[in-house]
Amino acid sequence: MTRIKFNEQTFETENNETILHTLLRNNVQVPYGCKAGVCQSCLMRSLDNAPPSASQVGLKDTQQKQNYFLSCICQPENDMTVVLPNAESVWLEAEVIEKIELSSNVVFLKLKSKEPLAFFAGQFVNLRRNDGVIRSYSIANTPNGEHELEFHIRILPNGQFSRWVADELEVGMSLSFSHAQGNCHYVEGQAEQLLLLIGTGTGLAPLYGIIRDALSHKHQGEIHLFHGSRDESGLYLEEKLTALTQKHPNFHYIPCLSGADVSGKYTLGRANQIALEKFPKLNGWRVYLCGQPEMVLHSKRAAYLQGASLKEIYADAFAS
Amino acid sequence: MTESTANATLFEQLGGEAAVNAAVDIFYRKVLADYRINRFFDGVDMDTQAAKQKAFLTMAFGGPANYSGKDMRDGHAKFVKMGLDNSHFDAVVENLAATLTELGVSQELIGQVAAIAETTRTDVLGK
Repeated sequence: MTRIKFNEQTFETENNETILHTLLRNNVQVPYGCKAGVCQSCLMRSLDNAPPSASQVGLKDTQQKQNYFLSCICQPENDMTVVLPNAESVWLEAEVIEKIELSSNVVFLKLKSKEPLAFFAGQFVNLRRNDGVIRSYSIANTPNGEHELEFHIRILPNGQFSRWVADELEVGMSLSFSHAQGNCHYVEGQAEQLLLLIGTGTGLAPLYGIIRDALSHKHQGEIHLFHGSRDESGLYLEEKLTALTQKHPNFHYIPCLSGADVSGKYTLGRANQIALEKFPKLNGWRVYLCGQPEMVLHSKRAAYLQGASLKEIYADAFAS
Repeated sequence: MTESTANATLFEQLGGEAAVNAAVDIFYRKVLADYRINRFFDGVDMDTQAAKQKAFLTMAFGGPANYSGKDMRDGHAKFVKMGLDNSHFDAVVENLAATLTELGVSQELIGQVAAIAETTRTDVLGK
């Protein structure tokens, strides 16, 4: 018998019972479908003890690592505190410790959390202003034990939140943020795998975190990053990424311009098209896609049709 | 046929869940690449869709599934409005058979899978 904590209530499982069954028996309404571990409607996450691996069959490895499981096939071995996906609405406090203009419309923002925090490079958090306005931003750094979070904030001309970041937010001010979420991150254990990363605009931020995470874990396979922008000023990390290619021979950076190339040193065209044409066979690759929703949707389908397994395609689509 | 295979269910003979996992990747790729039917999949979330394909294959393989005719009907109603008809249903069954052939499944078992898939036709097409 184990104890399952859900929404501040504790339930005891009966012999060999699944968590879904325990909850339904106690009249707790949670989503479910096939009750056979197939449709993934009953996805949940454990906040403490890891679920039995048999209840994680078919989930992405990033989800497995974050203790997600299918409640309809989960016979718990240990007590667990469980939540529905993305139900954690706890807000943490952070202080702005650095703010730099990366380009004419991208601001680099560094926050220091007042409490310890856990995240994977490439995940995102929600940032909340005091008056309640909330926006999602990808984390651009790797965990370093300093409880710091870095962001690349694209300043939109009429952006309620981003304009405020550009014009009013200053070092020393505080901001609330949510726990890190999302499955778009690096997973250790397949150091030889080929990685393809395609990002447009500030979709580069999570990819930059993922790449540094992979390199810090001594990833051996070739890593190809295609960053797309309309004009040169949008290639806001060119210097740092070029320096990274010199330090790591297996890392390749291909800046792409969809607009005019004044200096003549970039690849012309859309980053996703250039990348997917260059690598027509993606069997066995791991693919990361971040940026404009349309680019992400289109590239996901194309990468899959070119042989990448769906479980190896990680995407974050943001309108940022 | 040996005694053990004679008593095994269709799902077991096909290789159970591992076979579904192998089939879903091939099957969904075929469906998305098929010009006759891929417009029905424009703009859908691929992960959700793959999970649904897996549920469908599990059922067609004679495995555990709790899908009712009503689920099938409701889930496909918007596609019926877009013009989903017998020709599209046939195309999906054709892709299913081609997937199983690619995986080396015998024609006899493919016939059994197709027969199970066939039982969903009226619900899928909202007839």
